[in-house]
Amino acid sequence: MAKLTINGEQKSFDAPPDMPLLWVLRDILGLTGTKFGCGIAQCGACTVHIDGKSVRSCMLAVGAIRDRAVTTIEGIGATPAGAKVQKAWLDLEVIQCGYCQSGQIMAAAALLAAVANPDDADIDAAMAGNICRCGTYVRIRAAIKQAASGRQS
Amino acid sequence: MTFAQKSFEGMSRRTLLTSGLAGGLLLAFHVPVRAFNEPVQPPDDTAGKFAPNAFIRIDHSGKTTLIMPQVEMGQGTYTSISMILAEELDTDFAQVVVEHAPASDKLYGNPVFGIQVTGNSNSVRAFWKPLRNAGASARAMLVQAAAQQWQVEPASCTTSNGQVLHTVSGRRLSYGELVDAANTRTPPRDVALKDPKDFVLIGKPLKRLDTPDKTNGKAVYGIDAMLPGMKFATLMACPVFGGKVARVDDSAARKLPGVQQIVVLDDLVAVVGDHMWAAKKALDALVIEWDEGSYAQLSSNDIWRDLRAASEKDGVVAKSRGDIAKALATGERFEASYELPFLAHASMEPVNATVHLKPDSCEIWTGSQVIARVQSEGAKAAGLPVEKVIANNHLLGGGFGRKLEADMVVKAVRIAKHVDGPVKVVWTREEDIQHDVYRPVYRDTIAATLSGGKIVGWKYKIAGSAILARWLPPAFQKGIDIDAVDSAIDVPYDIPNFHVEYVRAEPPAVPTGFWRGVGPNNNVFAVECFMDELARKAGKDPVDFRRSMLGNQPRFLAALNLAAEKSNWGEPLPARVGRGVCVQPSFASFIATVVEAEVDEQGEVHLRRITSAVDTGIVVNPDTAVAQL
Repeated sequence: MAKLTINGEQKSFDAPPDMPLLWVLRDILGLTGTKFGCGIAQCGACTVHIDGKSVRSCMLAVGAIRDRAVTTIEGIGATPAGAKVQKAWLDLEVIQCGYCQSGQIMAAAALLAAVANPDDADIDAAMAGNICRCGTYVRIRAAIKQAASGRQS
Repeated sequence: MTFAQKSFEGMSRRTLLTSGLAGGLLLAFHVPVRAFNEPVQPPDDTAGKFAPNAFIRIDHSGKTTLIMPQVEMGQGTYTSISMILAEELDTDFAQVVVEHAPASDKLYGNPVFGIQVTGNSNSVRAFWKPLRNAGASARAMLVQAAAQQWQVEPASCTTSNGQVLHTVSGRRLSYGELVDAANTRTPPRDVALKDPKDFVLIGKPLKRLDTPDKTNGKAVYGIDAMLPGMKFATLMACPVFGGKVARVDDSAARKLPGVQQIVVLDDLVAVVGDHMWAAKKALDALVIEWDEGSYAQLSSNDIWRDLRAASEKDGVVAKSRGDIAKALATGERFEASYELPFLAHASMEPVNATVHLKPDSCEIWTGSQVIARVQSEGAKAAGLPVEKVIANNHLLGGGFGRKLEADMVVKAVRIAKHVDGPVKVVWTREEDIQHDVYRPVYRDTIAATLSGGKIVGWKYKIAGSAILARWLPPAFQKGIDIDAVDSAIDVPYDIPNFHVEYVRAEPPAVPTGFWRGVGPNNNVFAVECFMDELARKAGKDPVDFRRSMLGNQPRFLAALNLAAEKSNWGEPLPARVGRGVCVQPSFASFIATVVEAEVDEQGEVHLRRITSAVDTGIVVNPDTAVAQL
C-alpha cells in the first residue's frame, strides 16, 4: 500500500510507483477535479501542488512524491492564496467551459503564494503552460491581479 | 418553425406535463444507476412538483429546477436559458437549479433542426420564443391557482420573485405553496409575453450558474463519470482511415500490472484495465500490425489536387442576382482563390464515453451536443431498442462541433460488448487528434470586377464537403449545403451582379464535420480577404470601400463605423504595425472587427489589439457575450 497526504488527509492506495499522480487522483481516489488533457505535461489541465509548488500531475510518478504534501483543486480553497484566486475567478467570471480551469486556478494560486503582487511578466511566466481553448486568458490575467490586490478591478 | 408555434394550442395540462414543445410523445421515466460523483444530476422526477412542461419543475419549498434543452460547453447557455425561463416565470433566480435534459428529440429538440442538438450558435435564437412561452404559461397557471384560492380575478394578481400577489388585498402566496393547486390548472391557450422594457433579468450581467463548481473540482464532465466496479479503457484505431487490424501481439502488454483485457475489433484495439494508466501503458506495449487498406498511399497532395480540380467545375447555384456573365466582362477583373486546411477540434476534454452494457439494456455517460443521437446510435451499436438505452449528459469540456458526433459512443459500446460491467473509454490526446472528424478542406475561388471604385460583378464558388448531407440528410436540398454557403450567399455589400456556387467535393477517406464557426469561418475569411484586395486595387481605404457598399445595411454600417472609431482607424501607427478590418454577417449578428498587429524583424506576427463592434440584437446575458468576443 502506498500512502500520500492529499489536501491534508492521509490516503492509502494500491498503485505501481511509476503511475502518474493524475491517474491515482482520478481513477483510484475519485478526485476528478484534476483533469487529463494531454498526458505529456503540455497543457496544464492536470496541475496540482506539491509542497505548494505547481506541478503537472500527468508526468509525476506517484512513487517520487514520498512525504511531500499534495494539494488538488478540491483542497486549494483551504489555502489563503487559493481562496483569493477562486473568489477573483468568480467575481470576474473568468470561466467558460471550465475544463482547464482547475489547472489555471492551481497555477495562479502557486504564483500568488510565491509572488504577492505579480506583474505581467510574472503572470506570463507562471501561466504560459496552461492552455485554455475558450480563450479566457484576458480575464485570467485580470483575476490574478485582482486576487493579488484584493480589489475589484 | 412549427415547433415554436404549435406549442401550447389546445393542449391539456396533462399533455404538457408529459410532453415537450413538440408535443405528443410520452416521457419515459427511468431510475438509472447514478455515477457516484453526480449528485447534481438526479433523474427527472415530477412527483410532488409543479411540472407544467418539459422545462420547469417547482417543488413545495419553491426550489425551481430548470431542465436545459441545450448543453453547456462554456458558452453560458445554462445561465441564459435559465434567465429566459425565469424572466417569464417571474421566479426567484436565486432559487433556480439546472439539470441536463435527458435524451429526447421530441421534448428537447432544437426548433431549427428538429432534433436535440446544440450547435450553429443558435441556442438563444432558437429557444427564445418557446422558452418564454413555457415560462409565461407556467406563470399563468400559478396565477390562476392563487386567484381561485382567493376568489379573485387572475387579472388582479401580479407576480414577482416566485410569488403571486394580490395587491388590493395585500395577500401573497409563494410558488412553492401553489404547487398542488397549479398542477390542476390548464395552461392558457394564448399567453401574453412581457414587453422587453419590463424585463428584470434579461439584459443583466447575472452570475453564471455553472461556474462556482468549476472553481473547486466539483463540476462533473463526461470524463469524470465514476461507477462502482468501473473499468478503464483506451483505444487505438488504424492510423490510416479505413484500415483494419491485421495482427496483434499482446504478450508484453498482458504482463503489465493492472491490465485486464485486450479487446481486438476489426478496426481498433482497446486495452481495458484497473485505471487509465494501465490501459495507456499497455496500449503502448502492444505490437499492432495494420492492414492499412486502400488509402495507405493517400497524401495531402492527392487531396488538394482533387479539390482544386473539383473547384474548377461549375457548381450548383446557391444565389444569383443581376447578370453575372455580363458583369464579369465589364470593368477591371480580378481573381483569387483561398484554400483552407483540415482542422482538428482539440477540445480540452479528450473524447470519451462510459458504457454499462447488459444483456437487455445499456447506459451511457458522456458529454454530447447531440444526446438523443448518442442514445439512438448507442442503441444501434448495442443491438438494443432505443428505449432500452439511457444516455446521461454532462458538462462539456469544450465542444466546438466535435461532440456533434457520436462515433466515440459507438466505439465505446462496441468495446463494452466484450467487457463485464461498466467501462470508461477515454481516448489519448494523440488518438483524439488523429481520429477527429475534421473541419473540411475548402477551396474558394472569387472573380470580381471593379468599375468607378465599386464592385460590379462578384462570382464566388465554394468547393468542399457537404457535412449536412451526411449529418442531417433532409437538410441537404438541391445539392446545396446551407452551412457550406453560410455567410457567402448573404454577403452584406451592395453588389448589383452577385453569384454564388457550391461544388460538393468530399475528400477521400478523411472524415469531415462541423468545426467552431462552421461555414462562416471559411467564407468570411475568403470574402473579407478579397474585399481588402479589391480595396487596394481600387485605391481606396478598406473601411471606406466597404462603407460605400453598405448603404442598404444600416446595422452593418453602424457596426463598421463603431469599430473604425473605437480602433482609431486611420490614425498613424508605428513602423511594422498595421490594421485590418472585417465585416461579418454570421448567425444573425452584425459584426465588424479591426485587428491591430505587428510583424517583427523576424517575421513573427504579434497581436496588439482587437476591436469588435457586435450587434446581436437582444443580449440575454451581456457579460457572457463580452466574454466570448
